[in-house]
Amino acid sequence: MIGNVIDWIGAPVIIAAVKVVIVFLVLLVVTMLVIWFERRVLAFMQSRHGPNRHGPFGLGQTLADGIKLFFKEDFRPKNADRWAYAIAPVAAMVPSFLAFAVIPIGDHITIGDRRVDFLVSDLNIGLLYFLAMGSIGVYGVVLAGWASGSKYPLLGGVRSTAQLISYEIALGLSLVPIVLVTGSLSTKTIVAAQAGTIGDVTVFDGIPLLQQVQGLFSFVPNWYIWSQWPAFLIFLIAGIAETNRAPFDLPEAETELVAGFHTEYSGIRFAMFFLGEYIHVVAISAMAVTLFFGGWHGPVFGVVEWLWPLVWFTLKVLFFVYLFVWVRATLPRFRYDRLMWLGWKRLIPGALIWILATAIVNTQGIHRNIRLGVFGLLFLAVVVWMWRGDPRLGLIKPVTRSRVREVPSGNL
Amino acid sequence: MTIGAYLPILFLVILSTLFAVGSMIAAAKLTPRKWTTAKLQPYESGIVPEEGKEGQRFPVKFYLTAMLFIIFDIETAFLYPWAVAYGELKVFGLIEMAVFMFILIAAYAYVWKRGGLEWAE
Repeated sequence: MIGNVIDWIGAPVIIAAVKVVIVFLVLLVVTMLVIWFERRVLAFMQSRHGPNRHGPFGLGQTLADGIKLFFKEDFRPKNADRWAYAIAPVAAMVPSFLAFAVIPIGDHITIGDRRVDFLVSDLNIGLLYFLAMGSIGVYGVVLAGWASGSKYPLLGGVRSTAQLISYEIALGLSLVPIVLVTGSLSTKTIVAAQAGTIGDVTVFDGIPLLQQVQGLFSFVPNWYIWSQWPAFLIFLIAGIAETNRAPFDLPEAETELVAGFHTEYSGIRFAMFFLGEYIHVVAISAMAVTLFFGGWHGPVFGVVEWLWPLVWFTLKVLFFVYLFVWVRATLPRFRYDRLMWLGWKRLIPGALIWILATAIVNTQGIHRNIRLGVFGLLFLAVVVWMWRGDPRLGLIKPVTRSRVREVPSGNL
Repeated sequence: MTIGAYLPILFLVILSTLFAVGSMIAAAKLTPRKWTTAKLQPYESGIVPEEGKEGQRFPVKFYLTAMLFIIFDIETAFLYPWAVAYGELKVFGLIEMAVFMFILIAAYAYVWKRGGLEWAE
């Protein structure tokens, strides 16, 4: 009976449906845990307790918040555009879910005679698709800002749009070197290319000294972070800006814009923006792991072999989620012109030069020493470029003892 | 690689849209409705809001940023197929892209010098 049903619909379709449902539910649960995690870690960093009342360690806090938001009054402000106001939260949330479809969260299992990958869909344009989903998410923010028919949301909306599109260029450019090295846009191929250790790299063949140094590190996994760390830094900065998180949370800067583009949203619609943002954080973290930290690769011990990749992947993603919170707890918010300066004048040229450097070191047909030499020069150029601050800023002289003494004192 | 790879993504679109729309409809049915004039007014930190949404203005600078974005984003999209095919293009690909980037960087330098990237005057 069940066999007949499977034959009639087709096993691939059923597998796809099951995968999608599992990923969707897991993402919902993960989001709740991530929100709890962020609040706890933030509290820990600020020497306070954080949510610890609902359930063990306060784990039920997000669920309680969600239920509360669900039953809050749902109303539309008088000035709001009816349809755009309703569509905006959906347009912000759905692409975040979709972005996760190309992230390989583990190796594969074999059910019967079928190989099932821990990956919703292995698109051959995986990275492009991921970027596209990030871009579509901007519509939610723009629509929310415009449709609310209110001052602060509009300002937050246009600010956010300018920020997101500026950093999207840097984000897109920072992925090009990885594509260049791998020769593929498929996330599965990119993860597969990071198997093995550094000892497998052949670029230093024929230079005894460098080869010996390479031999010393032959136990280190062959992740792209080692050769592509400038690209990783650009990706990370642009990624934090893309998720609208501190220190790039200008679209919802509380001190000047109330709550930015979602000021006029309440109840379940607000919850959707929130959900979308946190899924986006997890997606960017997962992408960083996939591209630069070997994806699910890691040592496998013993019995349940398909489980270990999932564990390694989860731990790596957890580290990046922690990094997001850490950055939020540490850095103050950017001023808007500084934000634009960093995006347009540092990250974009830096990424362009780095693409050229990666291209040259990977060109077949040019003598290796020329390649390494030009690469070294371009590498220095990137580092110097990214390090230089804004000349307009100038340095503020510290107040010294002698200057303090100049302050007039005595009877007033 | 067939069109079948997009089937799971179609499922995911349907599932997440159903979830979003379903929860909004359910919330509309289940939640209380006590609308007042003040509640439906735009939020302006407690003072009586200005009327009229058509009168809102914002800096033209945002428009310029959007135009620049289109130029650079097309360039990014152009770099992807080049990067995938780089293994076969070899030195030819490098020179081609160096010329392309030189033209682009020249335009970028022009925009910079003319102050197109300055936010604060």
